[in-house]
Amino acid sequence: MHYLVGDLGHLFVIISFITALIAAFSYFKSTRTDNDSWKKNGRFAFYIHSAGILGVVLFLYIIIYNDYFEYHYAWNHSSKYLPFYYKISAFWEGQEGSFLLWIFWHVILGIIFIRYGKTWESPVMFVFSLVQAFLTSMILGVVVLQIKIGSSPFLLTREVIDAPIFQINPDFIPEDGSGLNPLLQNYWMVIHPPTLFLGFAATIVPFSFAISALWNKKLKSWIKPAIPWSLFSAATLGLGIIMGAYWAYETLNFGGYWNWDPVENAIFVPWLVQIASIHTMLIYRKNKTAIRLSFILVIATFLLVLYSTFLTRSGILGDASVHSFTDLGLSGQLLIYLLAFTALSLIFLIKNWKAIPVTDKEVNAYSKEFWIFMGATLLCLSAFQVIIPTSIPVFNAILNNIGIESNLAPPADQIIFYTKIQIWFAMGIATFSALGQYFWWRRMEKGKIFNEFAIPLVITLTISILIMIFSGINRFTFLLLITASVFAIVSNLSTLIRMKRKNFNLSGGSIAHVGVALMLIGILYSSGLSNVISLNRSGIIYSTNFPDEINKENILLFQDQPKEMDNYRLIYTGKRIRIKDYRDFYRKDQFLPTQDSHFLIAKEDIRKGDIILIAKGDTVEHNPENTYFEVKYEKSKGEVFYLYPRLQENPNMGNVVSPSIKKAIFRDIYTHVTVVAEDEKEWSETEEIEVPIGGSFFANDFVAFLEKFQRMDSLKGVDLNENDVAVKGIVKIKGATKDYILEPVYLIKDNFAGRIPDENKALGVKITVLKIIPDKNSVVLGINTAQKDYIILKAIDKPLINVLWLGTIIVMIGFTVSMIRRSKEISIPDR
Amino acid sequence: MKKTHIFGIIIIAIAVMIIIITAGDASTYVTFDQAKKMAKNGNNKKIHVVGQLKKDDMGQVLGILPSEDKLSVSFSMIDNEGIEQRVYFNEPMPPDLERSEQVVVIGSFKEDLFIADKILLKCPSKYQEEEINI
Repeated sequence: MHYLVGDLGHLFVIISFITALIAAFSYFKSTRTDNDSWKKNGRFAFYIHSAGILGVVLFLYIIIYNDYFEYHYAWNHSSKYLPFYYKISAFWEGQEGSFLLWIFWHVILGIIFIRYGKTWESPVMFVFSLVQAFLTSMILGVVVLQIKIGSSPFLLTREVIDAPIFQINPDFIPEDGSGLNPLLQNYWMVIHPPTLFLGFAATIVPFSFAISALWNKKLKSWIKPAIPWSLFSAATLGLGIIMGAYWAYETLNFGGYWNWDPVENAIFVPWLVQIASIHTMLIYRKNKTAIRLSFILVIATFLLVLYSTFLTRSGILGDASVHSFTDLGLSGQLLIYLLAFTALSLIFLIKNWKAIPVTDKEVNAYSKEFWIFMGATLLCLSAFQVIIPTSIPVFNAILNNIGIESNLAPPADQIIFYTKIQIWFAMGIATFSALGQYFWWRRMEKGKIFNEFAIPLVITLTISILIMIFSGINRFTFLLLITASVFAIVSNLSTLIRMKRKNFNLSGGSIAHVGVALMLIGILYSSGLSNVISLNRSGIIYSTNFPDEINKENILLFQDQPKEMDNYRLIYTGKRIRIKDYRDFYRKDQFLPTQDSHFLIAKEDIRKGDIILIAKGDTVEHNPENTYFEVKYEKSKGEVFYLYPRLQENPNMGNVVSPSIKKAIFRDIYTHVTVVAEDEKEWSETEEIEVPIGGSFFANDFVAFLEKFQRMDSLKGVDLNENDVAVKGIVKIKGATKDYILEPVYLIKDNFAGRIPDENKALGVKITVLKIIPDKNSVVLGINTAQKDYIILKAIDKPLINVLWLGTIIVMIGFTVSMIRRSKEISIPDR
Repeated sequence: MKKTHIFGIIIIAIAVMIIIITAGDASTYVTFDQAKKMAKNGNNKKIHVVGQLKKDDMGQVLGILPSEDKLSVSFSMIDNEGIEQRVYFNEPMPPDLERSEQVVVIGSFKEDLFIADKILLKCPSKYQEEEINI
């Protein structure tokens, strides 16, 4: 038992909590005095707090890394065979660890802010430390007056789990952990959560600026230093979201990268509002308007981050989502924080509402800010449309609490429901991003409008008409979205070219807008125009009651039997495994199991070309949960590729299938298995056939040849005397991609005939030599058959998905350019 | 009236429209009886039904019938009011179907058959089943 590391960890959590409170108090005092001493106290307390948090992170990682399964966190989220990089993902699989990740990023951001915050340090760090104290209390794990505050990651397994073994032997340490969720055993899960949480964490800085501004009546000057932080947060949050989408695309089997799942929505909504807030802040920087709106949106972003934390961690989403956390009994605490921060913000906002400067300028479509303002409005409406249905479980909970029975459920098909509305917002946002840039950089007058827009409009319409003709898209909304996106690309590119001549630093906005428009096109194609290519009208009527047939979206592939699908000829060629430290996929039937399921012994030499990679008898390591199914895709032109969809059989989590994707420049072919055959075989009755040596016959629909008989000098497990005879038949079974050899043995020992059959389970063929008829030079074979191995597979075509990823990269470049420009601006005094 | 006010009214109108559309498209949790009545009255909206698979006294699941080509499945489900119903699902049988503790089917009635577009399964996972393997 390693008690020390856990005790230290818990102690450090408590120290961190208390020092966060001290830091908050000191910074609060510091804002009320000109003396620097309280500020120094605050800094000191925050540094101690930071050191404490780093300690907590370190201790928790030590526990996971060293497989201290006496700790529940390690036992519940890790296991001894987990590679070290997945032990990092195990760190944030649980609620406590992910809170810790969030707190950790706050620490880093806080230290940076202390360095560069200047006059804003005290008030901002006060809000900052206060939030930090709240978050740290989520992992505090102490009980005060019978109320549990937080859940500690340092609990012992025996404190959490009520197993009889602990009564007999309290020092019992589980042999192995229960392991990491197989879905999270993916490299994206090593980098997606930290990126996402960094974006999450960074929303606190603009929020703290806004609150400090209201509190200290510096109602205007906060916007300039807050902008780069908002940009940073939006960029990282956006990147984190896309990483999550890419993970879903590669790992989950719902056929895409975005499912409008409540957890996805919960994180998407604050991001949309944050983007809107950046735009209103920029309007302020140019025209000194929109301060009230900036306050509202910046504060709303942070509150929505808290709300999404509440949604995903309180268990309220329940069955509505695939990746919500389990309830740790902290929903009350989370709700209190959410309500407390909402109330606090509202009070500050209402108290100062009258004092926030507004301009009396009339709304004017020719003004610089009008179209940007429209864009920000659309972003907010779009966020509103997503958050309302996502909150249905919350509405149910509220209604049920006040005694009204509510049976409201989320929309039956979420993807159709959201996209049919969001596509209109996307059109509007693309169009406004184009108009906004024109009006922002150029003086527009009524008479000049046509001249300015003539060329881009002509170019846009030409490109759109060409796309319309050549792509065969005939849906009106799709065509509109394409036109709007092309317009956005053309106009922003033209602004960009003009800008590059003047000053590249100013071009961040245009670059980001081009990226967004590309993303929209990529999304439209890869989702809106994706189609299931494993579709077939098998003609089977699912009920005799009504005549209509329905399309089936999967196809059944028997091993080594080709099947046509779309433009491809598909062959399932058998089960494959991956071996540790080797790159390729290897045939599962080339290995024999050992006592420990993680190790296998090679049955034969495994070669790559002439080189022996694994010699017969060698022991190799693999992950016994994973099986890959090799599917050969052949195109008529002779193009061939292989896909390896995976099935992961996890004893705790059940079966998980992951797709295999053929990535090409213009389209991806996405393939996953839906069902695979069971390993257990039921053999049929023996069928007897007489076959001449060298003759052919059918076995389970395969063509087979009885090539010859060979005399055997020795036989494993049998003592052969002089008078005994053993022969083996060589039977070749022709598969679609290779031949399989079966070697049934016939032996005469002590004048008794013995038969040793040979079988191939995947093909469902078992052959026994029943009788040898020397005068006819033929034999009687007994043939048993069984269900051949099969997989049921779904394949989806995803056109232009790379445009989405390309757009993402361009958006990130745009954010970076803007961030650099806006950070430089902070130290330049305004004119 | 100032233009700003007109603008505000338009935004509020859009927001109200969004709420109305959401309310209209939101599904409901109902029983098979209610769902059947809805279908009879010509309401083809997709609804959620919560229930369990039919089991015998020994806890063995009864009545799961994969189609001959294995590409679709039908099964017997008992909703929370004890009503048994045949459900058809136009996808291969989910591997975890037999293990499930609770099934949520999303779809609608067509004649006497419930056609599920989507099935959500609640399986005994590691979170409920905290056992130590010795």
